[in-house]
Amino acid sequence: MEHQVQRVRDAFLSGRSRPLRFRLQQLEALRRMLQEREKDIVAAIGADLRKSEFNAYIQEFLTLLGEIDLVLEKLPEWVKATPAKKNMLIMLDEAYIQPEPLGVVLIIGAWNYPLVLLIQPLIGAIAAGNAVIMKPSEVSENTAKILAKLLPQYLDQDLYVVVNGGVEETTELLKQQFDHILYTGNTMVGKIIMEAAAKHLTPVTLELGGKSPCYVDRDCDLDVACRRIAWGKYMNCGQTCVAPDYILCESSLQNQIVQKVKETVKEFYGENIKESPDYERIINLRHFKRILSLLEGQKIAFGGETDEATRYVAPTVLIDVDPESKVMQEEIFGPILPIVSVKNAEEAIRFINEREKPLAFYVFSHNDKLVKRMIEGTSSGAVTVNDVVVHFMLNSLPFGGVGSSGMGAYHGKHSFDTFSHQRSCLLRNFKREFVNKLRYPPNSQSKVDWAKFVLLKQFSKGKLGLLLLTFLGAVVAVLVKKYQAVLRRKALLIFLAVHRLCCPMNSRFQAPALLRVRLDTSEE
Amino acid sequence: MCDAEGDQPNPVFVRSPPVLCLSQAQAHEVLWEAASRSLPGGLTVGRGRGGSWTRTIISTSEGRMSVKGVKGAVKQPRMDSVGDTLQRLRETFSAGRTRPAEFRVTQLEGLGRFLRDNQQLLQEALARDLRKSAFEADISEFLMCQMEVTLALKNLHTWMKDEPATKNLLMQLSSTFIRKEPFGLVLIIAPWNYPLNLSLVPLVGALAAGNCVVLKPSEISTSTEKVLTEVLPQYLDQSCFAVMLGGPEETGQLLEHKFDYIFFTGSPRVGRIVMTAAAKHLTPVTLELGGKNPCYVDDNCDPETVANRVAFFRYFNTGQTCVAPDYVLCSPEMQERLLPALQSTIARFFGEDPRSSPNLGRIINDKHFQRLQGLLGCGRVAIGGQSDQRDRYIAPTVLVDVQETEPVMQEEIFGPILPIVNVRSLDEAIDFINRREKPLALYAFSKSNKVVNKMLDRTSSGTFGGNDGFTYLTLPSLPLGGVGNSGMGRYHGKFSFNTFSHHRACLLSPPGLEKLNDIRYPPYPDWKQRLVRWSLGPQSCTLL
Repeated sequence: MEHQVQRVRDAFLSGRSRPLRFRLQQLEALRRMLQEREKDIVAAIGADLRKSEFNAYIQEFLTLLGEIDLVLEKLPEWVKATPAKKNMLIMLDEAYIQPEPLGVVLIIGAWNYPLVLLIQPLIGAIAAGNAVIMKPSEVSENTAKILAKLLPQYLDQDLYVVVNGGVEETTELLKQQFDHILYTGNTMVGKIIMEAAAKHLTPVTLELGGKSPCYVDRDCDLDVACRRIAWGKYMNCGQTCVAPDYILCESSLQNQIVQKVKETVKEFYGENIKESPDYERIINLRHFKRILSLLEGQKIAFGGETDEATRYVAPTVLIDVDPESKVMQEEIFGPILPIVSVKNAEEAIRFINEREKPLAFYVFSHNDKLVKRMIEGTSSGAVTVNDVVVHFMLNSLPFGGVGSSGMGAYHGKHSFDTFSHQRSCLLRNFKREFVNKLRYPPNSQSKVDWAKFVLLKQFSKGKLGLLLLTFLGAVVAVLVKKYQAVLRRKALLIFLAVHRLCCPMNSRFQAPALLRVRLDTSEE
Repeated sequence: MCDAEGDQPNPVFVRSPPVLCLSQAQAHEVLWEAASRSLPGGLTVGRGRGGSWTRTIISTSEGRMSVKGVKGAVKQPRMDSVGDTLQRLRETFSAGRTRPAEFRVTQLEGLGRFLRDNQQLLQEALARDLRKSAFEADISEFLMCQMEVTLALKNLHTWMKDEPATKNLLMQLSSTFIRKEPFGLVLIIAPWNYPLNLSLVPLVGALAAGNCVVLKPSEISTSTEKVLTEVLPQYLDQSCFAVMLGGPEETGQLLEHKFDYIFFTGSPRVGRIVMTAAAKHLTPVTLELGGKNPCYVDDNCDPETVANRVAFFRYFNTGQTCVAPDYVLCSPEMQERLLPALQSTIARFFGEDPRSSPNLGRIINDKHFQRLQGLLGCGRVAIGGQSDQRDRYIAPTVLVDVQETEPVMQEEIFGPILPIVNVRSLDEAIDFINRREKPLALYAFSKSNKVVNKMLDRTSSGTFGGNDGFTYLTLPSLPLGGVGNSGMGRYHGKFSFNTFSHHRACLLSPPGLEKLNDIRYPPYPDWKQRLVRWSLGPQSCTLL
């Protein structure tokens, strides 16, 4: 393992991954892989999660293709240094912030969206000029295998390496030194990753989960709300980190919600859900049993059918759920939607704040004031109002958690920033050393005063120009005032001189005439 | 809050559970009560007068009470109430008190007032701790803090505004933005070398971002610590701000508590400990660490100017600066030209006898003095080399003929010692730098832009200074932060505000127009699949 990481580090140190052109080429190759090998990859994902071809395409491929296109378009702009505002002391020097690659990045993927959660960070890491070691989840083994096979065919084999394996290999991998680690998974492992990273002082981005609450207000279009919630909840058989985990609503709404979700499920997946190509299965037996145990002792409003052989769990809604019960203690990560009743929005806010900060928070309401209050009163990685999950698909929004739902963020430009070091650069020259005398010892009070003036005044070039202009104006005014008498005397001569200089052709004739007039008047 | 210097003749302190300040008679009652109720774990009782303390541990079991006395100087009973204080701050934060802009402005103004009102007091404290000259204290501590306060006050409203996020076609009707929210309870751990700057500059950011803050100043710079503990809280709202004291042990205990953000300035060794502790609570961290900052001097430059600039930044604060140039890399020829220039610069800066110069400070404590004295034995002393244990004086020193393996090239020097290491070329210098941990700062001197830019392109470091030292610190528009072994995260100016803010993605979708969404819902008959592939396919896939 050590040898493998060293090989990638050597490749990074060769500087090959840095040029903009190289990064763009790699990203284009990645796009080519997604397009040319779509069938193979979709088949692998299908084998892992029984995902239909079309679902795999819209859930995994579209996001990636969109992300690559965005990066290809914007990267030339992103890699540029950002000029920094200067103060008077260094007015004439260069000050800027240069984004630089960090080095070797470790990306640990998750099994629920085995492609997108591995490749989307990869896009950011490549864009920022890093070398990358990818560790796909061993749970979604088919996708892990196909990626290990395909990626080297399209990308630079020394810079971007896939390492497959289970807990043992990951533990070994984490002993190595990386320059950044991005992990997607659960809170418990997140802590282990951060602790391992601390040994090497490696910064981490942790994309964890949590119970994302969904508050449904009385004042909202329930039909629409339930459709959107059902879509987000039962997508990928509930195995989505940003899925609404549970519903909070007034108890009077409970039955209506159950009814409408039930109708929506029928509309989405038909009478026989098991037959629907659009409904996935639970990833493995361990998770299947865990989800089964969450149903124990609960009031099932509808759904609840399970089949161990195919790891099928029907879209389920639980009502009158006790907040202390097991289903409300852990992230569900399955197609079970508990409804917890609260008296009003304030109680909902309290309910949410009593628990760990979630990755996402959803509110359905027509009432803008209430929406504002809900957003301000809570904290979460992201918040979406009147919809679920869609914020994940917009790459201008940072995707990341807060508190126990993680730290750091990525997607789009945010990925680029995550995988870049922002290096402050100040480039001066050797001239004007006399200005620096100000700072050198021995010191005096006047030096302190000067330093204050120079440092506290923030000037832009424009402002300085204005200041200079004012100063020049003042100098001219003083001079004019002082030499007013002289000026009056000289005015004529100056006029003549200017006149002669400007129009030498005419001056020969006109100047004497003028002089004559002047002489005439003085005689009188 | 209990305090050993209280008015009561013989105050008694009871820790865990709640801290009480009692008369002796009351204390007895409490003890008996505790004994009779058999509190699990018992009680720790402190009794003291002045600074010295006696702790008595009383364990109770089944109505019997055993008493064990522990003598010692427990300087600060304040640590006892850590849990309570944190709870209090957390409640303030939950109540939303720190969120309004007006509140933040009041706090920042309070900080500004603190700096103005106590300049004299602080200057004396800094002089006692580090024998810092008024000029150095002024420009590196007061001015920097003031600059941050002014900048934050001026820009707070702009910084707090929601940042709009671009939308794609499907979300044209939604409102999308990034909101900057306070994290909650922030812990700032400051070091002793710039005890005011490195406490207050992060504090400005944390308060501006609307957090509650626990400040843990360094116990090593005692005089400044005292001012920060006793005076600073008077200028801030105490329901959202607390200062906590103590050494490594107390800090360790403090780190067991849950914070929402930890900002640490110090050594990489302690940085690892802080991050490990933070991992237990999944607390994000900013680590401002140190490292050996290389300073490359090219043959093509003016030795006098280089000597001025390098000596100034190396000996500033007696070399106890995390971004100071740590060692010089240059050719033997350049070294020949640089040495006399450094000699005359040092004489001009600090006089013939630097010891009597008011502009040269002293080493913080004996431990560091002894460490530095040891380093003086490395290589050959070219300039300086004198030291005096009594007032922890170390002369501005330049070492030559230094081997890479010697201690002075193995650890961050953090003192007025400048080793010169010879390299033959720019490439060798770059290799030398890249073989080591990434430094916090890197400096390159050359009249040729090409040399400076090559150094910049081929190396990595937290910050970079071309032809100058850490002047960039005077620009709040440039972030300060390390990379690799020199730390993670960054701050100063707006970067501080962003560091202490959670960037929350917000998407407000219109409740209507459900028809448009039909395309995304299952079932997916053929026509829908074709429509999606066509409309969102490669030619226009940025739509989604």
